[in-house]
Amino acid sequence: MDYIFYLAIFKVLMLCDILFTPGYGENLDIPLKHPDTSSDLSTWSPNEHGAHPDPDKSRLPIFSVNYPRIQIPFEITLWVLLASFAKIGFHVYHKITVWVPESCLLISIGLIVGGIMHSVHEEPPAVLTSNVFFLYMLPSIVFDSGYFMPTRPFFENFGTVLWFAVVGTLWNSIGIGISLYAICQIEVFGVQDINLQENLLYASIISAVEPVAVLTVFEDISIHEQLYIVVFGECLFNDAVTVVLYNLFNHVAELRVVEAGDVFLGIASFFVVGLGGLLFGLLFGFVASFTTRFTGKVKEIEPLIIFLYSYLSYLIAELFAISSIMAIVTCALTMKYYVEENVSQRSCTTIRHVIKMVGSVSETLIFFFLGVVTITTEHEWNWAYILFSILFALLWRGLGILVLTQIINPFRTIPFNYKDQFGLAYGGLRGAVSFALAFTLPDSIGPKKLFITGTIVIIIFTVFIQGITIRPLLKLMNVRKTNRNLETINVEIHKRVGFTVDIIYVSILNYGLILTFFSNAGLKIIIIILNYNNCLVFQLMEHTVAGIEDLCGQWSHYYWKDKFMKFNNQIIRKILIRDNRPESSIVALYKKLELQNAMEILDSMSGDISSPPSPISSHASKSKKILASDVKNMHELLSKNMYKSRQRTMSHTNKHSLPNDVTAKEILIRRHTSLRRSLRAESFHGPKTSQKFFSLPTGQSLNSRLTPGRFASAGDDDAESEMDYASIRSTFRHPQRSMIPLRRPGNLKKVHSSVNVVDEENEKQRIYRSSRSGSSFTGSAHQITHQPHSFSGNISNKGHGSDSKEQKSFSPPNALKHEPQNNSDVQYPLLRRPQ
Amino acid sequence: MTIITELCLRRQAFHWSRSESFTIVSNSSAKMKKPYDDFKTIQDLESNPIRSQIIEAFFDRRNFQKDEVGSVDEIGFEEFLTVMSYFRAPSHHITEEQREEIRRAKLRFLFNMHDTDNDGTITLDEYRHVVEELLSRSGALGRETAKGIADAAMLEVASISVGPMAPGEVYEGITFEHFLKILQGLEIETRMNIRFLNMDTTVLCK
Repeated sequence: MDYIFYLAIFKVLMLCDILFTPGYGENLDIPLKHPDTSSDLSTWSPNEHGAHPDPDKSRLPIFSVNYPRIQIPFEITLWVLLASFAKIGFHVYHKITVWVPESCLLISIGLIVGGIMHSVHEEPPAVLTSNVFFLYMLPSIVFDSGYFMPTRPFFENFGTVLWFAVVGTLWNSIGIGISLYAICQIEVFGVQDINLQENLLYASIISAVEPVAVLTVFEDISIHEQLYIVVFGECLFNDAVTVVLYNLFNHVAELRVVEAGDVFLGIASFFVVGLGGLLFGLLFGFVASFTTRFTGKVKEIEPLIIFLYSYLSYLIAELFAISSIMAIVTCALTMKYYVEENVSQRSCTTIRHVIKMVGSVSETLIFFFLGVVTITTEHEWNWAYILFSILFALLWRGLGILVLTQIINPFRTIPFNYKDQFGLAYGGLRGAVSFALAFTLPDSIGPKKLFITGTIVIIIFTVFIQGITIRPLLKLMNVRKTNRNLETINVEIHKRVGFTVDIIYVSILNYGLILTFFSNAGLKIIIIILNYNNCLVFQLMEHTVAGIEDLCGQWSHYYWKDKFMKFNNQIIRKILIRDNRPESSIVALYKKLELQNAMEILDSMSGDISSPPSPISSHASKSKKILASDVKNMHELLSKNMYKSRQRTMSHTNKHSLPNDVTAKEILIRRHTSLRRSLRAESFHGPKTSQKFFSLPTGQSLNSRLTPGRFASAGDDDAESEMDYASIRSTFRHPQRSMIPLRRPGNLKKVHSSVNVVDEENEKQRIYRSSRSGSSFTGSAHQITHQPHSFSGNISNKGHGSDSKEQKSFSPPNALKHEPQNNSDVQYPLLRRPQ
Repeated sequence: MTIITELCLRRQAFHWSRSESFTIVSNSSAKMKKPYDDFKTIQDLESNPIRSQIIEAFFDRRNFQKDEVGSVDEIGFEEFLTVMSYFRAPSHHITEEQREEIRRAKLRFLFNMHDTDNDGTITLDEYRHVVEELLSRSGALGRETAKGIADAAMLEVASISVGPMAPGEVYEGITFEHFLKILQGLEIETRMNIRFLNMDTTVLCK
């Protein structure tokens, strides 16, 4: 009893300790020594231990606590957990995050925690030491952005991005720095002691722009792709430039006396540092890709290779004091393309998840600490200096965008108009990187406290005021959007999928359309409606333009792209990619899709129809072997059954959400029922029924490629169940078309002749339901697989569960009674929440 | 704007003709011969998978904006410019109708590249041919896949533009209207552009 009580007390104490321990960050740096943990323990122990004295120390301890041993990892874990809880909390009600950026909420939570800590007079946790930030947090944040950078639009706007990132940041830093220096000369404000170098240092800190909040807003109001990518890229490379400048000015600020030669050395080092980072990044990117070429047999460490190499590039760049951000970003950009082709699908998903996870945790933590630190540190407040720094930050940002756009516009095919420029300027929020840079300033900088205060104020100002107002403002100004009309999309979706969606982001890829929307359950779902024609015509157009450019000796984007692709296909891919076939993107896409579909379908089938030993399931059991050879046949089937245009989950467009497995599941179900149906239909009815859509040359059948063996054999055995299947289909029609006289399921002939119509109709109906149920399920993917109570589940159970049962339950009268019930079940999927 | 662009084009063409093997005395009297001799001499085009389509496009009367059909054996500078003008970037301040007009023109050009027999529809055969050409640099497996892709694409058009069909119904081919409808999402007017940079045209075009 005593022990339990003691344990409980101890737990509470530990929690307090975790929340209030000063200096665990310092411990991180010197993990072997814990000078202040013991003292820390002793500070709280006397009064608590006095109340509950230790039983007997001389005996053999039955129970002992060795807290100092686990303190550091333990505290880190709890902090991360706390931050994650905060994040989870916001997304319970997604409507909050729609209107208030997540970073605002995180800062607010941090402020509250800071307030609590302050009220009990505790020291702030010195978590963010320079080493922790630069060695662990920054690389993960930057790697995240670099890896998820949409490559094609990025390279299409490469020049503009670099222009804004490099020149824009220089402009901001120097402009703000000099104007603040001018302010410092005015005696009234009492800040004459800040010299030019320190002002420049401060300016470089507050010119680091932060993308997360803005990009979320941009996505949500489906802003034009070019604006999006420019902000994204600018933020990314801007970090690199800022850190370079920061280090430079940090060094210079300590010199105290600056000579002209130092300035030139500084400029030279700027280029060395930047380009060096680029080279290292490229090198490591290629080495990483090359390594993954050989990891085919050891798939379990594939993701690790990626992380190790990218981190290595960062560390080595740090070692040589060149831009480590540049290195890791370039590394990510370079290897992504090749690595994702080499590694398996699962590794790919793992890589993405881990990168996303680590990145967002780091960011969350920084914002969180920003809140805490705001309350708990001692601030040095100078009205004039801080207000002027806000003013100059806004002013120079606006001016910079205005001037730089005027310069870059003549070089752009699509110039930025004034609204775009406003979007760019107003989107310049300051964030995590600025704060961390300010916080990790060396103590030798005199006005460090003032700088921290100023940075925090600017961050809070921009994140709260700009972050909250940017959405309504951009909406009000009607900034350029993607040229797809939302209304028509919604109508289209309604027509095809059957439910109206609240689409919040639509972006047109070259091969289709991405829809981002919240499902009924409130989860963000991203769907690509793949459009082959768009892709094809786009490619045709690209080649044509490249060709015409060749014709007139014009070198521009398409020209370089063409040349790069050639070089890439001929040399780089041969070295880096395991089974290299130079493929144009559409083929790669096509294959990836088909393979994935086929695998999904085979997987699910082998799981579902284990009871009736049909040839299909026996095939499926050795599915992997068959796949390679059968993909071609599968895609034929799939292309007919992938209702209308294709859909698949999207993996990377969204900066802050990962591919949604739930969506994948939903689509999977939709497909696999339809496929299974058609597979059987196919095997039974043979090639005749299939292609009625094309104006085929006589004597040429599209289905000639369908190897008869597999499906024919399936057909023989399945003939009986196939009949039932047809009958199921015909019964499914009835609820919808009550006008049509009921067809007896036994009437095979008739069913055959009309099977395609039936299929069409059922497909619609089924899609409607499965998508509805799917969307209602989004809370739990497992439910879909384990408790198929939806329509798709019905199909799979009845269609494949057991033939005899099926026959009974679908004898005509029963079937008709059953159907409406099932419908009503599915009709209101929201009523049954996932358990 | 137009004038500048055309001047640039003129300059480009001039540059090109000078650097390649055929000669022109003056801009307007130069002719390019159909058998591609002139075009074939262009080294850079050789790696382009749709080289022949591009060259064809220059000799296609439909692209001359004169409501004619068929193909010609040789083109003059006028025609050359007309074809090139499909690749003009739209100016900044245009109305919605103008944008649509430009879009139509550009898509029409692409459509004509598909529709080789001038009958106003892209049939499956034609589509397959184009896709095959597009993928012709993709190695041996290109052909089968090309067929699959073309079929899937065709099916897509059929299902989007016509909707569910009765059995026995035949989708004849993609008409231009369907083509437009299908490519709604493709911002062709912002993409199918060539920027004619280094435009010190007044000096070079004299």
